[in-house]
Amino acid sequence: MKALSQKRRHPLAAIALLLMGLLVTGGLYAVATTVNQAKADTTTFSSSDAQEGGKLFAANCATCHGMGASGTKDGPSLVGVGAAAVDFQVGTGRMPMQMNGPQAQEKPQQFNEQQTRQLAAYVASLGAGPSIPDASLLDEKGDAAKGGELFRVNCAMCHNAAAAGGALTRGKFAPALAGVSGQHIYEAMATGPQNMPVFNDANISPEGKRDIITFLKKIETNGSPGGNDLGGLGPVSEGLFVWVAGLGVIIAFTIWLTSRTS
Amino acid sequence: MSASSTAEVPFVPKTKVGRITNFVDERVGGSGILRDFGRKVFPDHWSFMFGEVALYSFVILLMSGTFLTFFFDPSMAETHYTGSYTPLSNVEMSVAYNSSLNISFDIRGGLFFRQVHHWSALLFVASLGVHMLRVFFTGAFRKPREMNWVVGGVLLILAMAEGFTGYSLPDDLLSGNGLRIIDGVIKSIPVIGTYISFFLFGGEFPGTAIIGRLYVLHILLVPAMILLMIVIHLFMVVVHKHTQYPGPGRNDGNVVGYPLGPVYAAKAGGFFFIVFGVVALMAAMFTINPIWNYGPYDPSPVSAGTQPDWYIGFVDGALRLMPGVVNDFHFEYIIFGHVLTLNVLLPALVPAGIIFTVLFTYPWIERWITKDDREHHVLDRPRNAPTRTAIGVAGFTWYCVMWAAAGSDLIATHFHVALNDVTYWLRTLFFLGPIIAFMVTKRVALALQRKDREIALHGRETGRIVRLPHGEFIEVHAPLDDYKHYKLVGFESPSPLPAQPNEHGVVTRKEKRRAALSRWFFEDRVAPATPAELEAAHGHGHHEAIESVEEQKSLSH
Repeated sequence: MKALSQKRRHPLAAIALLLMGLLVTGGLYAVATTVNQAKADTTTFSSSDAQEGGKLFAANCATCHGMGASGTKDGPSLVGVGAAAVDFQVGTGRMPMQMNGPQAQEKPQQFNEQQTRQLAAYVASLGAGPSIPDASLLDEKGDAAKGGELFRVNCAMCHNAAAAGGALTRGKFAPALAGVSGQHIYEAMATGPQNMPVFNDANISPEGKRDIITFLKKIETNGSPGGNDLGGLGPVSEGLFVWVAGLGVIIAFTIWLTSRTS
Repeated sequence: MSASSTAEVPFVPKTKVGRITNFVDERVGGSGILRDFGRKVFPDHWSFMFGEVALYSFVILLMSGTFLTFFFDPSMAETHYTGSYTPLSNVEMSVAYNSSLNISFDIRGGLFFRQVHHWSALLFVASLGVHMLRVFFTGAFRKPREMNWVVGGVLLILAMAEGFTGYSLPDDLLSGNGLRIIDGVIKSIPVIGTYISFFLFGGEFPGTAIIGRLYVLHILLVPAMILLMIVIHLFMVVVHKHTQYPGPGRNDGNVVGYPLGPVYAAKAGGFFFIVFGVVALMAAMFTINPIWNYGPYDPSPVSAGTQPDWYIGFVDGALRLMPGVVNDFHFEYIIFGHVLTLNVLLPALVPAGIIFTVLFTYPWIERWITKDDREHHVLDRPRNAPTRTAIGVAGFTWYCVMWAAAGSDLIATHFHVALNDVTYWLRTLFFLGPIIAFMVTKRVALALQRKDREIALHGRETGRIVRLPHGEFIEVHAPLDDYKHYKLVGFESPSPLPAQPNEHGVVTRKEKRRAALSRWFFEDRVAPATPAELEAAHGHGHHEAIESVEEQKSLSH
């Protein structure tokens, strides 16, 4: 302690202090920013992946997203969107986009798995962003009940409590989630595609995302305990069903019962 | 058996069962009731059976509801779920929701009974609605049945109240959202709204009292009132006798049909089991209100696709259609520190208010316009009362526009259109739909009347084209049999009733208004073919000519 107090008037003390300050803020910033990225990046891309991806990008994506993915008036810059965004958008067929509209629609994939991976490698090489989630987060072995709570609080207002999807303004919509792979669900939360908000790791932790995926997969595989779920759309389909099928059958019976007279 | 002979020789049954029966009958008078009741005649028509469907659904509701009360606990105390539905295990929830889940998953037959109860509730209100439409469009609400029409309207409101209180009981996210909307509507009532809300919920929403209170209303007060109204309703049906469709030999002084016993009673009794069977099949095969999907109620989340059950849908739809702001015109005012939110108050109360006011007063409105004070037991075919039918369809269209608006989000997602466009269209239809429906329906009804008249005068088109000897082609028209013929000509077609002077010889302003409405009601009319017209049409030898052609053809072959 005494040595330190003696050296505090050293000519280099100010520089040392400045250096320390910079290191602490920089370090904290680095920690804070990496909070928002999936931790274990198991999908390590080779430099050839990125190179091939670059060629694919120039041929298929650059028209809208610009050379070097720097963006044009037709498409946003992809620097820093990360591999997860590419894997989601290209992996679900949303990109390349079929046409302009309120939002990109899901369609059959235009690139195979390897090409998708190469594109992801290329975009990831342009700047740090959310990466493809680790398989351990997609094992569907989280806490379904907790995931259900997170889902109802964060997701159900657009995607419906039973994940049957819902309408947004002006032709936009939140799709139904049955049949969507856990990896794509995770990536959607991490990157916020189309009109979806980003649920970063500070908002919903990776474990929370794992719970949500567990919940979604559980209700998907569980089936409907009460019989046919009529689309899982709630009272509208139930009302339609009772009017069309319920009353319809009963009217058929009333006609049968009264058919022998008058 | 005359009275004097029974006094002299008392009837002594020979068997033991006979003696017991006689003992009871002498004290209760059952055979007399059965004799009178068994001879009561009911006309047979499929459209007369919706009231029965409603009644039977109500019986099913009572039975399945009783089962549910054995296991339902309306407490809002907090607990953690430990039942067998793992996606909710250890989730914090109310005891009410917990017990609803237990009924669904851990009580034998519980889920089936919940589904029976809910499906029959939807069917109850639906059949009630269809029954009322039938009564309206056939003019069965006319004298002497105006009061019974009102009782039916009260039953509809009670059924909606019963349905809504039941919908809220499981305390899941969906029902809680519904209650929150009701809370908002109540709070939008000027000055007293907040107090009513606090009184109803026992404090700030959601509180800890509402489920218990709704439960008492749902299983005690409202069903008792429904039962009372059903008794009054059926009593009046017996007093008035049933209406009948027009037909040969049917008039306002008789009822043509089957006696209650034994055939009609057997049919009606069997029909209960048919309704029960249909409901049971629906409950066994199709899920309804999967409360486990929605999770426990929590005031923060609201799920997409949150709708009430269908019969409350039109109110929800009206709320969805109401714009918040129109070109900088706001619907919210602060008057002396009280907030007046017209964009909640207007859509929630005004359309429902208009619908029920017109519904309750319509028999008197029509009676005033037509000055028709006679008893009517023979129904109108809807086409033969074009203006009434048009009014009914206009009202129904208005209702349906609001009803559809409650599903605007699902219309948008399932037909791939923008939610905003759906709303704009429905807003337009909210105003124009009833007008278009009125005009189209009236024209369709008049056109059908003209078609009837044409058929009555010239017979039915057979589709057979015959070439006459001089080269002319004609289509053969076959005459109708007398029964069908009667249906086409045997109806009333009132003409406008001009303003009448009162006892002082003065034509009042009110009377002039009535005359104007009467003109509007009856000016477009297609009169039924008169006997003279029929004579003229049938007398010109058309059919004979064709028959002779036929004869010639058959001879030449």
